[in-house]
Amino acid sequence: MDLTYTDEQKAFRDEVRAFLDDKLPKRQRDKVAGGKRLTKADYEEWHAILNERGWLGVTWPAEFGGTGWDAVQRHIFEEETTRAHAPRIVPFGLNMLGPVLMKFGSKAQQDHYLPRILNGDDWWCQGYSEPGAGSDLASVKTTAVREGDHYIVNGQKTWTTLGQYADKIFCLVRTSKEGKPQQGISFLLIDMDSPGVEVRPIVLIDGEAEVNEVWLSDVKVPVENLVGEENKGWTYAKYLLTHERTNIAGVGFAQAGLENLKRIAGLEKAGGRPLIENPFFAAKMAQVEIDLMAMATTNLRTIAAAAAGQAPGAESSMLKIKGTVIRQEINALTRQAVGPFAMPFVSEALDEGSNVEPVGPDYALPATQAYFNNRKLSIYGGSNEVQRQIISKTILEL
Amino acid sequence: MNFQLTEERQMLQDSLRRYLADSVSPEMLAQATTSAAGHSETLWKGLAEMGVIGALFPEDKGGFGGAGFDLSVVFEEVGRAGVFEPLAETGILAGGLLAELGGEAQADRVEAIIGGAIIGFAHSEPGARYDLEHVETKAKKDSDGWRITGRKSLVTHAGVAEAFLVTARTGGETTETDGISAFLVPAGEGVDIRDYPLNGGGRAAEVTLDVTVPADALIGPEGGAYAAIERAAARATCALCAEALGLMETIRGLTVDYLKNRKQFGQPIGKFQALQHRMADMLVEIEQARSAVINLAGHVDADRTTRERHVSATKNLIGRAGRLVVEESIQMHGGIGMTEEYALGHLVKRLTMVDHRFGDADHHLERFIRLSAA
Repeated sequence: MDLTYTDEQKAFRDEVRAFLDDKLPKRQRDKVAGGKRLTKADYEEWHAILNERGWLGVTWPAEFGGTGWDAVQRHIFEEETTRAHAPRIVPFGLNMLGPVLMKFGSKAQQDHYLPRILNGDDWWCQGYSEPGAGSDLASVKTTAVREGDHYIVNGQKTWTTLGQYADKIFCLVRTSKEGKPQQGISFLLIDMDSPGVEVRPIVLIDGEAEVNEVWLSDVKVPVENLVGEENKGWTYAKYLLTHERTNIAGVGFAQAGLENLKRIAGLEKAGGRPLIENPFFAAKMAQVEIDLMAMATTNLRTIAAAAAGQAPGAESSMLKIKGTVIRQEINALTRQAVGPFAMPFVSEALDEGSNVEPVGPDYALPATQAYFNNRKLSIYGGSNEVQRQIISKTILEL
Repeated sequence: MNFQLTEERQMLQDSLRRYLADSVSPEMLAQATTSAAGHSETLWKGLAEMGVIGALFPEDKGGFGGAGFDLSVVFEEVGRAGVFEPLAETGILAGGLLAELGGEAQADRVEAIIGGAIIGFAHSEPGARYDLEHVETKAKKDSDGWRITGRKSLVTHAGVAEAFLVTARTGGETTETDGISAFLVPAGEGVDIRDYPLNGGGRAAEVTLDVTVPADALIGPEGGAYAAIERAAARATCALCAEALGLMETIRGLTVDYLKNRKQFGQPIGKFQALQHRMADMLVEIEQARSAVINLAGHVDADRTTRERHVSATKNLIGRAGRLVVEESIQMHGGIGMTEEYALGHLVKRLTMVDHRFGDADHHLERFIRLSAA
């Protein structure tokens, strides 16, 4: 048992830190740390910086232009970038579609799409959920009917994160109604500027429109945009979800959130003393920190197993549940910490360069928004209820 | 032992519930939220005409209620409908203080309030957090009357108030209970308002005061307003807790409907035992919240220690139950529960914000311990 990094891993961590010190623009760091609104250009700028260094394809093998890092290196990179307040890597092309194309895509698809993802030529979004297919994803109803060299696609996708920025969408579509619902699903790549594609924003309770509905009406999609085989899409979809679940614990996010919480609790005064010294509040902060310390080790145990070549299993469900609960608790405490100033909703103050001043401390509105927004953590990527089901079936065999 | 409402209160509850059910829709609330007024002028007029504001005042002050259970009946309905009218600000806080401290000289003003005049309550300050006695704003006597200078924070519905009940220090140090006085200050020159929307609906303002008012603007004893302010805050907290209860009831209804109607894996999700148990837990907590509101409503006119112990007990429980109801209702809805468009969104935001007014669950837990030891 050795809880420390090897010398090589420490050297790698120092290399990542030096890179972040040197290359992460202060402007971006301040925006992320301050909970300001990030634009499409912000994400693209950060992607380009990483790509120049060859560090954008974090999870990709070297043969496809990726880093070729092992699980521990990926973890170190994720932890350091989050703690440095770098923008997150937009996962749809890089962590979701990329791995699917590498495993199941044709050579032509790999050669065409993978470099475009790294170069930022295509912004992908995810067309999985539908109004009637949430936790029960296999019940997707969007249809793709073959007509000559094309599929004609009809249906509606929803919760499409950052779909408003996307050029392309990868979709689960129904190509057959035979057999079990899982058996008639195909995995299709669709151009967002095709006639019949319409994107409508969904405003969430934090007041932001980061998710969308995507309506597909008689959209013509060339058959070469099918990934793998027709009606085998469920296999690819599940493979993608296992990739979505890497870093599902969000340890770096939790650590950054806890740091922010402590800073705020040090600045806020309750009864004339810093909130951080209030025994009631300090006890709750300590408890969530204790949980996080243990969870970080659970996460490392999983990573070590993966680095040793074991396939990830239901452990990711465990990490998803505990990781999201911890992050949500940190968000709740941060909202609590800002006191009455959780109430004002001066949204314009979050825009870069806005001359609208926040009401109360500048950290108050981001704290409230993060609380509301991160209710999604226990819902998306397979709700925590679905994860519990997976644990009880596959680990407990109940 | 009798937990039935009196016939009058039952009638008030029925007619108010019917009126709000007929008048309020998610679209109407969304419009009121984004309007410059920050509330619905039509609804406000309707509430005044129905006598709802009068129900908050005792008979000897021109009203026809004013007891704890009048407050809880009215505000549970307010919560059920998710509306954000200046009822507590003007009817309980500013109006209550004018009625209690202002005597005959303010009787006309109280009558105007019962008829729908809006008076803001400019008390809390930027550094006060939840400490009611934290007043830095100063009032100095001069030849013209009183010169009031200072900053007030989160003054709800300030933009539509024709005047403010302003608290200011005429003596003592920032956090002392002695030395706080109340003044009636008209909106306008010397009362600078920075107005903004709130999470969960309605508007508030940061108010900067640099104003001179005549000598008779002093309401009640010089330096001796705190006891009345604390009583008014207790009544407003009772109202807020009842409002939270109403919000919880509507949220419960929406969530149960959703569990019955939403199908996944070939059946309504309400058939899954995991969700049934969680919904049952939510119900148990809401019934606890109802009892806590009854406890407080039954003791708002009791002696100070009894009353304030109940204030803190109820506000603590409402804070805890509120968070559970918010988080569980969103979770059981899934993504749809996070959208602004669906009715739940507004209600959960409003319920969340309850814990940020008049002290959060921790503030009142600590205070309950202190009051119990005394």
